[in-house]
This record gives sequence, C-alpha cells and structure tokens, in this order.
Amino acid sequence: MNSAKHWYDYFWIWTIVYFILGFFNILFAWLGMFDFLVPLLFAIFGGNKWFCNHMCGRGQLLTVIPQIPHIMHKRSVKRWRESGAQGAVPKQRLIFSRGQATPAWMPAKWFRYGFLVFFLAMFGNILYQTWKVYGGATLRQAVTLFWTFSVPWDWAYTAGSSPEWVAQYVFGFYSLMLTSAFLGLILMVLYKPRTWCSFCPMGTMTQLICRFRHRKEL
Amino acid sequence: MPPKSYAQADSTRCASCGACKHECPKGAISVWKGCYAVVDPELCVGCGQCAKVCPTGCIELKTREEAHQ
Repeated sequence: MNSAKHWYDYFWIWTIVYFILGFFNILFAWLGMFDFLVPLLFAIFGGNKWFCNHMCGRGQLLTVIPQIPHIMHKRSVKRWRESGAQGAVPKQRLIFSRGQATPAWMPAKWFRYGFLVFFLAMFGNILYQTWKVYGGATLRQAVTLFWTFSVPWDWAYTAGSSPEWVAQYVFGFYSLMLTSAFLGLILMVLYKPRTWCSFCPMGTMTQLICRFRHRKEL
Repeated sequence: MPPKSYAQADSTRCASCGACKHECPKGAISVWKGCYAVVDPELCVGCGQCAKVCPTGCIELKTREEAHQ
C-alpha cells in the first residue's frame, strides 16, 4: 500500500464529523453538498475523478474501518512477542470486512445505471418535498432511512432558526447521506471494504461525464 | 528478470473508484481520465493487492507468457 500520506487522505474524519454535526443540528447537513457538487465540478471541468480517487471521505472511511482490527492485532502480536511468550502466534479474531467477492450483479451496468436513476429520482423527491414546504406545507422533522423507515429527528432543528424549506431540504439530504453510509457499511462487512464504490451513484455519474468528455479517445 | 505475472484491469467493468491505485505498492496503477484503471506492466510486480481490493472484480492477474501469446 502507498504509505506516503497527503492532506486529502484524512477526509474520512470529515465524514464522521459531518454525521455527528447533523445529529445535533440538521442545518449542518448542508455541508454535505460539498460531497455532492465537488466531484461533479471535477468531472465537468477537469474531466477526471480526482475527487473519487483521492478525496472521497466515504470511500476512505470504508477503507480505514477494516484496517482497525488489523492494526490492533499487529500491536497485540508485538506485545505478545515482547512478553517472551512461546507457541503459535495468536490469530486475528476480529474482522470488520469479510473481504468476499462482490456479487457480479452489483457492478453490472444495468444495476449501476438503474441505481443512479433511482438515486436521482429520490433526490428529485427531496426537491419536491422542499418545494411543497416552501409553498406552505408542514415541515417533517424526521430522517428517512433506506427510503422507508421514518426516524424522528426533531431535536436537531429549532423552529425559526431558518426558513422551513431550508430545513426540509436538509432533512431529506441528510437521510440520503445516512442511508448511503449505512448501505456502504453493511456491504463493507459482507463483501469487500469498498463494495459501495462499485455502484456509488456519484461515482457512476462522474464516470459517465468523464467517458462523455473523452469519448473520442476511448 | 521481470515477475511472472502482472495485473490487468477490464476497462468495461471498472468503476474507476481508485481503490486499486491506493493499494498498489509500486505506483503501477493510474485512473485514465476518470474512465478506468490502467496498470503499467513494466512497474507491476504481480502481488495481487489491487485485485484483492477491487470492488468490481475487474482486475485479474495474467502471466507474461499469456500476454505474449
């Protein structure tokens, strides 16, 4: 593994901070637009996926988490050796990712593009709900997980601290971010750490833009 | 003498996420203009770390004899 670390290798910390901030005050969830817009700007104006390849906090987090038990195990083996113990080296018992091969349908084109369409439709729904609240509908102070389960989140918003449509948008956006994070973590445990990346809608979208931009060279 | 095997990425299946690029100990992998991963066979030592982390399973190890056939 490349050992030289750069400043952008620590964006996984930002991902954790983002979810903590959104837990206490939903308006911080607006900061997540950074993860939404910057990859698109890189792809549209730079014609590359530099953001996905170097700055994606989600991808980094999914890489970092499975490394934790490995690091802990290495340290315990070191301590075990230093203690002068005899016999077989203790095996690593804790793992956060099974490292199994991703099912073939997940990175398949039909699923990647289908999930992108579904994701964009759900994003469209967030915009529609925002527009409805802008028009006078009641603000729903809840986070919807996996587009199905409504979780009350009313402690994270103080009425009057922002226009209600501003809050409605971020309740939806934070739901999307949290759902994709949970999906990524579940897939990390079941398959390879970065299985989420194989059909990440942002990754698919930016790759499509890059392929379009460089279509003559492909 | 070059290593017996080297990695090759299938450009049609690659999601260009860059997981392989970060894992490569020799810096042999790059993501070509955001479209797909490319392995430099001259730098690749065939360790297979990239194939291990690739979430799409688009990287395979090939022997250099296969490539010459």
